[in-house]
Amino acid sequence: MATAQAAVHAGYHPQRRTGLRDWLTTVDHKKIGILYGGTALFFLAVGGLEAMGIRTQLIRPDNHFLTAELYNEFFTMHGVTMVFLMGMPISVALFNYIVPLQIGARDVAFPRLNALSYWIFLFGGLFLYSSWFFRAAPNGGWFGYANLSERPWASGPNMDFYALGLQMLGVASIMGGVNFLTTIINLRAPGMRLMRMPLFTWMTFVTSFLLVTALPVLAVALFFLTFDRMWGTSFYLPANGGDPILWQHLFWMFGHPEVYILILPAFGIISDVVPTFSRKPLFGYAAMVYSGCLIGLISWGVWAHHMFSTGLGPIADAFFTITTMIIAIPTGVKIFNWLATMWGGQIRFTTSMLFAVGMIGAFTLGGISGVMHATSPHDWQQTDTYFVIAHFHYVLVGGTVMGIFAGSYYWFPKITGRFMSETLGKWHFWLWFVGMNLAFLPMHWIGLLGMPRRTYRYAAGLGLTDLNFAATIGAYIMGVAFIIYAWNLVRSVRRGAAAGANPWNAATLEWAMTSPPPEYNFGRVPTVRNREPLWLEGADEVVAAAQAAPPPNLHMPPPSHWPILTALGICLTLGLFLTHVWFAPIFGLAFTLLCVMNFAFEPTH
Amino acid sequence: MFLRLRRRALAASGWLLAGLALAGCGGPYPQTTFRPTTQYGAVENALFYNTFWWTMLVLAIVWGALLVIIFRFREKPGALEPVHVHGNTTLEILWTVGPALIVAFIAVPTIRSLFELERPAPPSALQVEVIGHQWWWEFRYPQYGNIATANEVHLIQGRTVDFIIHSADVVHSFWIPRLGGKRDVNPQPTPPGNVTRRVNHIVLTPDSVGVFWGQCAEYCGSSHADMRVRAVVQTGDGFNGWLQAYNTPPSPAAGTPEAQGKQILESHMCVACHTIKGTAAAGQIGPNLTLVGGRETIAAGVLPTSVASFERWITYPGGVKPDALMPGISEGAGGMPPTGLTPAQVRAVATYLASLRPASAAAATTAAPATVAMPATPATSGAPGAAGTPASPAPAAAPPTTNSAAHS
Repeated sequence: MATAQAAVHAGYHPQRRTGLRDWLTTVDHKKIGILYGGTALFFLAVGGLEAMGIRTQLIRPDNHFLTAELYNEFFTMHGVTMVFLMGMPISVALFNYIVPLQIGARDVAFPRLNALSYWIFLFGGLFLYSSWFFRAAPNGGWFGYANLSERPWASGPNMDFYALGLQMLGVASIMGGVNFLTTIINLRAPGMRLMRMPLFTWMTFVTSFLLVTALPVLAVALFFLTFDRMWGTSFYLPANGGDPILWQHLFWMFGHPEVYILILPAFGIISDVVPTFSRKPLFGYAAMVYSGCLIGLISWGVWAHHMFSTGLGPIADAFFTITTMIIAIPTGVKIFNWLATMWGGQIRFTTSMLFAVGMIGAFTLGGISGVMHATSPHDWQQTDTYFVIAHFHYVLVGGTVMGIFAGSYYWFPKITGRFMSETLGKWHFWLWFVGMNLAFLPMHWIGLLGMPRRTYRYAAGLGLTDLNFAATIGAYIMGVAFIIYAWNLVRSVRRGAAAGANPWNAATLEWAMTSPPPEYNFGRVPTVRNREPLWLEGADEVVAAAQAAPPPNLHMPPPSHWPILTALGICLTLGLFLTHVWFAPIFGLAFTLLCVMNFAFEPTH
Repeated sequence: MFLRLRRRALAASGWLLAGLALAGCGGPYPQTTFRPTTQYGAVENALFYNTFWWTMLVLAIVWGALLVIIFRFREKPGALEPVHVHGNTTLEILWTVGPALIVAFIAVPTIRSLFELERPAPPSALQVEVIGHQWWWEFRYPQYGNIATANEVHLIQGRTVDFIIHSADVVHSFWIPRLGGKRDVNPQPTPPGNVTRRVNHIVLTPDSVGVFWGQCAEYCGSSHADMRVRAVVQTGDGFNGWLQAYNTPPSPAAGTPEAQGKQILESHMCVACHTIKGTAAAGQIGPNLTLVGGRETIAAGVLPTSVASFERWITYPGGVKPDALMPGISEGAGGMPPTGLTPAQVRAVATYLASLRPASAAAATTAAPATVAMPATPATSGAPGAAGTPASPAPAAAPPTTNSAAHS
């Protein structure tokens, strides 16, 4: 087989494919990474606009900027967008682009599956957002508690869009998880032992494990909901013996690992950025790896801390109190090891490093309020209030988003061959940092002074007018910062200063080849002899190998249009379910099956 | 840069101090968690402060180290390559064991308090059934003839109360911050033959007379924000006065506008959902309106009680509370057609409802002791929870019991 291939591809001709058709059919992990990143940033903007709507409504008591119905749709879509359409895919964008480069691979293990997960994700997002055109955006909150999400209390198609849209996004994530687990296990360069992998790759590995194990639980929960809503089952309907608490358990069994799916990639980014700009190797590498794995593992045993007020009884509450507190220990190890990495270093405060340092500070605060939640009897006061909103925005905005920002300034030169503007970058950082703290710090008090979350209005008598005003101004400042960031990205693609192969003088393998990397990544796959291949002995050989001319018989997977068509088929099928015409989905299903057949039998050589 | 950083540090500490001040000195925050009026809330807060200070210690160490790092280890031109340290076992053990100890210091009192606060109610407790509805609260007193009221729950100072919490529709969460933490209001599974009730309990003892605000904390649909609640904590005498007033409800004199309003209400669809003791209205779907004019607010805390508010509400409930399940004069809602009342009829009904308040103003709120101490009426209806309760709950004017001593 291989010889026949060599005959067909007699000689490798590096060519930069361009044009719309190429983007739609690409199976190149780098292009898919860019697609993921662009889409996720677009959804970050959309979710941000929803946040602006929410905060504008709350700028003063009893405001009428949004109706109750719209407000409820806004906060639901804000949550769904930021978790499923921004937080996860923006990490996956970096997994895609960076991980194969970091481990010395030419692509991911299943390039077409990779394209399929992107297109399913994109169509899932569009499917969710198409609900706005039917004036039926999901309105049950991002964790869509049953039985409010059931047909007797939610008769419109709103929560059908939610259930089916999330189902698609979940499928995309599971595929991505499988792909990255396989890639990291199987496609490492010679000598790239597990304990030599960069922390970002390690955290991708743990995250992928969580994706593959957690998302199926969500799938089951969503299937139950869909069956209840469409075919009259009663999984969550108390009137027929079902139990809404079952949804809570299933959702949070997915939902807590999900939290770590969102934060572990940021941990990985910070663990790569901090050593580079401190000019020191990561402090306590093994502890960082083990603590990441431990966090992933324990994340499976803490879900009911979202349910302290559900009434599970003191024994269950005590168990989840303790497991939740234990998770603080490995997290603390990570923070202290980052500090120790910086200690004694020669720190260059590039924008990337500013975001990394800001992330460590903000995430610590978010982690600390997490320990306060774990104090379960007082969580009965905190839960479902703005104190929780403050907590998870410090963790997700201060942690994940700032981590992603750090990563994007860090890897942008690798991806485009150009630097982002440091001047705009510093404006971005400082406005974001100030805005974030102004928006989310007051929410701690807003919550403890008695304002529940998800309330479209509040009475002036609560005395929370000023704090809410401050939070809204903070949100606006974040909006300005984001616009600066978006402009910086757009302008730097064409006009940024040229960056070489390794502009930051970093230690890991992705900086060995030229920027942007050629389609085949490495001319010759280098042999890795240590944890910092570009800092320690053998660096020259590694760079020489990476930048060598590719072998003439190099085979890269050809583009395919079946991933996008299969994804389209799945989207079509689910859309046709919403028509409630029993035979309609059959057409979509037939089309999907046709695509899957072609996908399966397509020659990839 | 230096200046900016210093400003950032100052701003952060400023917020922290302002926050603590806010927490300490109170201020006009009717739903604050910082000033509990129960031992239950005090236990929760003690835990919170324990966790708070331990975690602030960690925060101070991390932020302090960050500041030192930012200033001390900035890149200096011409400096040597830093030493490549790969780790330090002693240090790493230290910052694993240190946080582990802190976690232990937090966890031990937490678990202890958890079991303390989840203790079942003593038999002498005042039972109050809390039933969540979209978007209002129903309260029933199984020990007192299972009488029902809505959105304002009357409690007795010094007498332990056992809130028995469940939902009529979706999941809500019952929260009155100054009494203590919230508990979800879950729907009860009701298959044939299933006897398991999924009720939650909060057991606490109000120590102070007063009116305490709360609201639904679990998102429950369109008007989740408008599902508010008040706890009226009275002395034993005050509570008995309210009970007495409840059981001998006011009746308008013939020929008055109030009497006209009553007649209109009784002859329209209002009675399909609402109950007013002493009238033909005996519906069980909507809030019980007995003594509704004596409540501080109507529509679950959204409007102050007044004739004008009642008019506004009856005319178009959906305009006050989005998707309210009560029909207006020209808009149907909750599966019911519009009421078709004329503005004059609305005014008459509003006047009547506003007049439904205890004869003695004292009974409605809290202050002066009522003249007659009513003996507690044992439950007579077959209401759930009534069976098996002690026939004679604590004496009406019970002296403050156990927990009040702890109130400072």
